[in-house]
Amino acid sequence: METIRILSELANITLVFSTALIFAALGGIFSERSGVINIGLEGLMVAGAFAAAIGTAYVEAAGAYGLAPWVGVIAAMLFGLVFSLLHAVATVTFKANQAIIGVVINILALAVTVYLVKVLYDGAGKTDTLNAVFSKVPIPGLSQIPFFGEALFNAYPTTYIAYILVPLSAYVLYKTPFGLRLRSVGEHPGASDTVGINVKKYRYIGVLISGVLAGLGGATITLTTTDDFSHNTISGQGFIALAAVIFGRWHPYGAAAAAIFFGFAQAIRNFATLFDWSRDIPTEFLYMLPYVLTLLVLAGAAGKAVKGPAAAGEPYDPGKR
Amino acid sequence: MMGEPEVIVELKGITKRFPGIVANDSIDLKLRKGEIHALLGENGAGKSTLMSILFGLYQPDEGEIHIRGKKAVIDGPGKAISLGIGMVHQHFKLVQPFTVAENIMLGAEPVKGVSLDYRTAHDKVRQISDQYGLKVDPKAKIEDITVGMQQRVEILKTLYRGADILIFDEPTAVLTVQEIRELMQILRNLTAEGKSIILITHKLAEIMEVSDTVTVIRRGKVVDTLRTAETNEEELAEKMVGRSVSFVPLKKERAPGEVVLSVEGLTVGAGKEKKLLDNINLTIREGEIVGLAGVDGNGQHELIEVLTGIRKATSGRVLLNGQDVTNRQTRALMDAGISHIPEDRHKHGLVLDFTVSENIVLGSYRDAAFGKGIFLDSKAVEKYAEKLVGEYDVRTPSVQNKARSLSGGNQQKAIIARELERGPRLLIAMQPTRGLDVGAISFVHERLLQAKAEGKAILLISFELDELFNLSDKLVVIFDGQIMGEANPAETDGEKLGLMMAGKTMHAEGRG
Amino acid sequence: MDKWRNIFNPSSVFVPLGAIVLGLISGAVIMLLGGYNPVDAYQALFEKVFGSPYDIGETIRTITPLLFTGLAVGFTYRAGLFNIGADGQYIMGMTGAAIVGIKLQLPWFIHAPLAVLVGALFGGLWAALVGYLKASRGVNEVISSIMLNWIALYLSNYLLRALLLEPGQQRSYFIHESASVSIGWLSRALENARMDWGIFIGLIGAVVFYFLLWRTKQGYELRAVGLNPDAARYAGINIKSSIVKSMFIGGVFAGLGGVFEVLGVFHYQVLSAASSGYGFDGIAVALLGGNHPVGIVFASILFGTLTYGSAGMNFSADVPTEIVRIVIGAVIFFVASHGIIQGIVKPFLASRRKLDRKGAA
Repeated sequence: METIRILSELANITLVFSTALIFAALGGIFSERSGVINIGLEGLMVAGAFAAAIGTAYVEAAGAYGLAPWVGVIAAMLFGLVFSLLHAVATVTFKANQAIIGVVINILALAVTVYLVKVLYDGAGKTDTLNAVFSKVPIPGLSQIPFFGEALFNAYPTTYIAYILVPLSAYVLYKTPFGLRLRSVGEHPGASDTVGINVKKYRYIGVLISGVLAGLGGATITLTTTDDFSHNTISGQGFIALAAVIFGRWHPYGAAAAAIFFGFAQAIRNFATLFDWSRDIPTEFLYMLPYVLTLLVLAGAAGKAVKGPAAAGEPYDPGKR
Repeated sequence: MMGEPEVIVELKGITKRFPGIVANDSIDLKLRKGEIHALLGENGAGKSTLMSILFGLYQPDEGEIHIRGKKAVIDGPGKAISLGIGMVHQHFKLVQPFTVAENIMLGAEPVKGVSLDYRTAHDKVRQISDQYGLKVDPKAKIEDITVGMQQRVEILKTLYRGADILIFDEPTAVLTVQEIRELMQILRNLTAEGKSIILITHKLAEIMEVSDTVTVIRRGKVVDTLRTAETNEEELAEKMVGRSVSFVPLKKERAPGEVVLSVEGLTVGAGKEKKLLDNINLTIREGEIVGLAGVDGNGQHELIEVLTGIRKATSGRVLLNGQDVTNRQTRALMDAGISHIPEDRHKHGLVLDFTVSENIVLGSYRDAAFGKGIFLDSKAVEKYAEKLVGEYDVRTPSVQNKARSLSGGNQQKAIIARELERGPRLLIAMQPTRGLDVGAISFVHERLLQAKAEGKAILLISFELDELFNLSDKLVVIFDGQIMGEANPAETDGEKLGLMMAGKTMHAEGRG
Repeated sequence: MDKWRNIFNPSSVFVPLGAIVLGLISGAVIMLLGGYNPVDAYQALFEKVFGSPYDIGETIRTITPLLFTGLAVGFTYRAGLFNIGADGQYIMGMTGAAIVGIKLQLPWFIHAPLAVLVGALFGGLWAALVGYLKASRGVNEVISSIMLNWIALYLSNYLLRALLLEPGQQRSYFIHESASVSIGWLSRALENARMDWGIFIGLIGAVVFYFLLWRTKQGYELRAVGLNPDAARYAGINIKSSIVKSMFIGGVFAGLGGVFEVLGVFHYQVLSAASSGYGFDGIAVALLGGNHPVGIVFASILFGTLTYGSAGMNFSADVPTEIVRIVIGAVIFFVASHGIIQGIVKPFLASRRKLDRKGAA
């Protein structure tokens, strides 16, 4: 029974770590499917994590305790949107190199948020610890199921949102006209243009969705894991999300599965000391795992090398038809 | 004259300028309902620009467009589509991983609630396909179907959107002879159903076969508009080029010498894979031009890639001057005496952002003449480039200008200078006159014949039958990766060659 | 003469200068929003940098790694590759130098050069791995570099912990004196600023960068591949080996940046939780410098000055040092989106030209 308890707890913690990755990875998929490579997910998550902390802190101070984390979430999505707008203006309108702008977003988001923290908290390197963060909400009935109840249905509200967003994203991308157009713009913008689809509009939408979702991912970390914001709140989660996008082959279900797997790799670090077989694994190797696996997948260790949307990374230039 | 059908499209005084060039200069054009109106002109004459304006991809600087008698401002393809204009592009605009139906409905998707309504889309595609005899499977993926089929998907895309004005941009360039015949039938079916068609082409035979009216454009200006029935190929050719054109062969007979290239049983693709090249046998002698005829995509690229070391052969041998050079690296083959004028000069022939001089030594920069040891002597490179630029009449302000700034003809001259001056035994030229104007074309032809006279062996791959007939000493036809047969250009004609290019084997050369 | 004019032609100068101006303005606006006085802040920055011989020395020390990572990014860019992995190569360079510097005991004339060489090799091979993955498996170098940056970080921490850690510390043992590349007399001359051979090797590196690319046949090949890999292949150039070579050379530059940080500045390596950021700053340096060695030297001086001076802003104007990161980020943003600057500069030039013409008439 002890083993089952540990495993269900491990599954539960895995989901806590995975949720933020899932949001950011879904965001990455929308952006890359529209043809814009987004290595700025890290920065967008930083922006979200920061805004969530500030938004929550203000509403918490105003006394609206239950509302506070939700305001934080909305603030996070908006701040993520602002930074992704910067990305879209540069890469879509001004045809800047997408990889470079991704780097810029990462540098700017971290610098701006830490700067603002220092301005708002009198030079301190981190925000005050939040009280009005999310707590786990057991779903009546479902949470009583042995193992699965504890593993899946005693979770933070954000995890439940992720349960909805993954199939919803898949539906939007593969079953709606919007999704068909978004994907066409990422595969062959020239084809989209000639049937009257506004390539720039769809790329803007793709990038902005990535800002909103990665912002939500950042908020998830602030409001379920760290309870405050500092320069190392995100520290690489955005890049793991990017890895999940590729590992999941640019598909919502695939990326969610990859995010859960990478979340598991993080969760297991807390449990590694509990088992004989895992005690001697250097923690650095566990940290490395998502990146090594992604490299292996890209290199086609499992057969065929993986390729993303055909036009991803290319600014669309109608003159070059 | 009988009462003419109504004018459905009227272009009035369309002018479009690009930096340094007037692509369209006050062009007038009338398309009548139910007719096939051919737009004839050389490469760069301004046909595609004009049609891009009609389709809303460019905005004219001056002039007006009237659709069904009403003035229209076409500010994008979306507007063109809503006016009933459809365009079948030369380079297909199809999303490879999507299905036929997905490509067709893209941008005009039927929905059920908020979801895509695949059933309606499939039904509608099938129905239109049947109506015009297109035989398209809506559920097939684009990446799995043939080029001819992909073109029909492009046609379906326009019909699906209710287009009744269709623009075809060089539609036969990539098709096999049968596919061309079927396309001509499809065009007739379309006009029979009341559609009006503009056909952009530079192929005179097609115009004579299928069109009702011809408008000839030269250097951005309309030269003339004629009824097809009242003209002939010679007149059209003259108007297109601006002077009388002789179809007289330029070549001189020369007794071929030693065998330079000998290809034996060359095969690419093994086992269950599709064989891209299947048991190719070919010999080329000194002072001989062998023309390789065939429809694009039948193995020509693969053959060149093997001969130039870009692709590996699965089996068979390549002998150069009797020496086995099969599957050698590109560099080794170049050193052994192979020069190559690639089809796509921008992609394969030049580094556009290198200077002219840097491009001139691409392939020979390792010579000791251009620097000792690891060093590159840019003075020596420039001196050499200046010499070649003079000899081959490459028009450029200096050899330090970027290759990008040169015109297509001058870029091609630079490539030819480079490849011939490397002193090859075998010259491979693929589509060496593609996209060039008449002056540049005759320059290229003269140089090839001169190289032949100097005893070089030349493999000429072209999709222009005239070019092959005018230059080749021997014609070899390739189809589906196999050599279908050989012919003497003096004793055969386009019709027979066409049959072989379509996969019919011709055994007896003297037959007929 | 023509070459120099090409480097400094209007469009190649207006974009970086415009970006610097816009970047500084962006920083000023953000300072204003935060309630600071940007004029005081920028003044404090420059006073800090040129305040004393010590500060000048330390500014040079700050410039050195930026110069190296800038060369690393710029060199590979010329060969058509976007080296976002300079960070990992820099870390591997540090680790290689630290291992040799700590684990071996050799006479100084062998030890220091060997440590430098091994560090450079670590960086070079780490980058060559990216090149290999691209050449043989078609893996996009941006993505593999990102992954390898993190792997380098954790691998280096692991090696540090397993081989080099001083008990009870979050850092390695000190390197042996024989492996040090510090320049004692120069440090003493500059009030004990940490001076080492790095900046000189970096400047030599910039010269090597130029000669390799524009004066050798190998460099010609790399540039051909960078501008048009297809045409290069048709001209008989081996693309795959070009990719690996150029990545290796870029990695050597980045690795050297890490090498001098360990052997010249700190004399030990610390366990780090996050990347140094130097690799990303290298992108900024290379981009602002137009991927040309001369431009890269100037850009590294600018960013090094800003970075070191930011401490002064913090000290005397109380502005958080992050403001300089914001300025650097904004500068790259504007260089990359040069359309914005051209949009501003062109009408300006046009109106000036009009004025000139009026003046002439």
